[in-house]
Amino acid sequence: MSNKDIGYDTINLGHGSGGLMTRDLLDHIIFETFSNPYLDQKHDGSIIKVDGEMAISTDSFVVSPIFFKGGNIGELAVNGTVNDVAMCGANPKFLSLAFVVEEGLPMGDFIKIVKSIKETADRAGVQIITGDTKVVERGKGDKIFINTTGFGKVHPEAHISPYKIKAGDKIIISGPVAQHGMAIMSQRDGLEFESTIESDTTNLNFLVNDLLDGFGDKIHLFRDPTRGGLASVLSEIASDTELGVSIKETEIPLDDQVAAACEILGLDPLFVANEGIFVTIVDAEVADAVLKLMKKDKKGARAACIGEFTQEHPKKVVMHSVIGGKRMVTPMIGEQLPRIC
Amino acid sequence: MDLIEKTATQTWNIMEICGGQTHGLVKNGIINLLPENVRMIHGPGCPVCVTPLNLIDKAIELLEKGVIVCSFGDMVRVPGSKKSLLEAKANGGDLRILYSPLEAVNIAKQNPDKEVVFFAVGFETTAPANALSVLHAKKENVTNYSILVSHVLVPPAMEGILDDELCTIDAFLGAGHVCAIMGMKEYYPLVEKYKIPIVITGFEPLDLVQGIYMALLQLEKGEYKLENQYSRVVKEEGNVEAKKMMEAVFEIADREWRGIGSIPDSGYRLKKEFLDFDAETKFKISSITTPENSACIAGQILKGIKKPHQCEQFGKACTPSNPLGAPMVSSEGACAAYYHFSNDLITP
Repeated sequence: MSNKDIGYDTINLGHGSGGLMTRDLLDHIIFETFSNPYLDQKHDGSIIKVDGEMAISTDSFVVSPIFFKGGNIGELAVNGTVNDVAMCGANPKFLSLAFVVEEGLPMGDFIKIVKSIKETADRAGVQIITGDTKVVERGKGDKIFINTTGFGKVHPEAHISPYKIKAGDKIIISGPVAQHGMAIMSQRDGLEFESTIESDTTNLNFLVNDLLDGFGDKIHLFRDPTRGGLASVLSEIASDTELGVSIKETEIPLDDQVAAACEILGLDPLFVANEGIFVTIVDAEVADAVLKLMKKDKKGARAACIGEFTQEHPKKVVMHSVIGGKRMVTPMIGEQLPRIC
Repeated sequence: MDLIEKTATQTWNIMEICGGQTHGLVKNGIINLLPENVRMIHGPGCPVCVTPLNLIDKAIELLEKGVIVCSFGDMVRVPGSKKSLLEAKANGGDLRILYSPLEAVNIAKQNPDKEVVFFAVGFETTAPANALSVLHAKKENVTNYSILVSHVLVPPAMEGILDDELCTIDAFLGAGHVCAIMGMKEYYPLVEKYKIPIVITGFEPLDLVQGIYMALLQLEKGEYKLENQYSRVVKEEGNVEAKKMMEAVFEIADREWRGIGSIPDSGYRLKKEFLDFDAETKFKISSITTPENSACIAGQILKGIKKPHQCEQFGKACTPSNPLGAPMVSSEGACAAYYHFSNDLITP
């Protein structure tokens, strides 16, 4: 698959017209790459057999820049939705894939993204079974937007709900925070700083599945701290319960380089986005075993227990600082704005 | 902390000048760890918070005129009289959030058919980079670049606070980064005139605790002198090169402070020979005047007369998502720091 097969170096409005150019693009790039029995039916949609409880989740991806250290928008579009389905305690199997492309996107970039989507989907064990491609005029989009919807069967032992959380439950995070957000920041226009920080984007479904196999209903919640970061997720969970959250700053895994970049840019790592970690709330009696199992997996190697739920300060998140002080952790308001000095 | 508790035999009010220090105190929970008789009062050292409303309106007017306006991040959400820069951007204005004014000069070079304005707010810490951008633009003959100046200076603000008859401050933690640029010279006369201890202090948790302890030792002994806790960064003479650049481009002028009013000789304006780079002159917008929201007690907060949670609007009509005044917007602002990091953990 290359630009030659298509005969164009850039995507233009014709590729979204529904005519022959669209057909060419689909045949040479989309169908060729994602070929599977569902997609090969070439219906308007796909017909699948459903058995038991299913989880469905949808997400749109508009990241800029579209290629960044550690990944690209395509990889994000697969992992993001796969992880959202996994956080429901389900094992994602199928994805829909819809593109909104701005005319003028280099064909090479489009092909690179499609290939990356295929590789990422294979790694996560999901198939692309339906999709759509639209092209908008230059200036009416930002290179490429992607929407994916994922669905899969809920694990038979999964009982995931904030209502199951009780005082004493432990809060475990699967890896270091703020990697993805800072990788993106370091490559934004107007920000010039050298770093080797890479996005942590990855699929978490297998690790989640292992945890459910091992601990079943002792696992009370999964949540991935994407936009808004760890602070927003913990605040949300706390507000869904009648309990308080108590966390220790020293236990939160954070790379030195990421911490330094946050400091320089005046950002709080607790608010910075992540794409390859999750938080799980588990019964205290299994916390050590959960941690042990997670650490065996590469994606949970730096997992840590960062705190617990408590009867005190209901619905509030309190963090114990490095020097023993306490502070409230509140959800992010709008976009995180860098501090002046 | 034990030493602080043992040292303080009576109630002392210590003001930290800099917003970064307020942030550090609250973020690390230091305020809760201090004994009740050591009270921290949060000073006017948040540049975003003291930038007058009318300057934000001026920046918005420029944006609406089709000028590319560049700004530091936390300035963009501060409400002007009708809207914030962020809202003006949503309405189609070309607003860029930058970390360096030099980047704005590059944008001006890349867009020769457009005017580019950098919103130059801040204390002595941001002034050198803003001065450098003007020198750079002049050298490279970039004529479509200018700055909207709202530079303020720390020592005159300290005098303004000390001259207020409601002032209860016993000692200051001096702003470490400001002194890293300006040196220590300006502070000796303040110590002498007002007989008040000043400890130039850094921003890490231990810096802050040590700074407070050093101030307490002076207070308990009845001494007043200038001390430098942050000696690993702050030198007696400051940063000579940076000062040269500022002196080349700026001159001392009266400046209006949000909530405090006009303080004589408390800020910078561009020198005559650089007026081509002054956005207010270039775009004739200096006539915009806007009154402050009367429900906001930012002035009393910035002077340390009231604490954020003592404001009737705090957390009710005024929140970070719907701020009435600037101290609720910037993460360095005293009100936002209280709202984000302590809320009901702070005892009134």
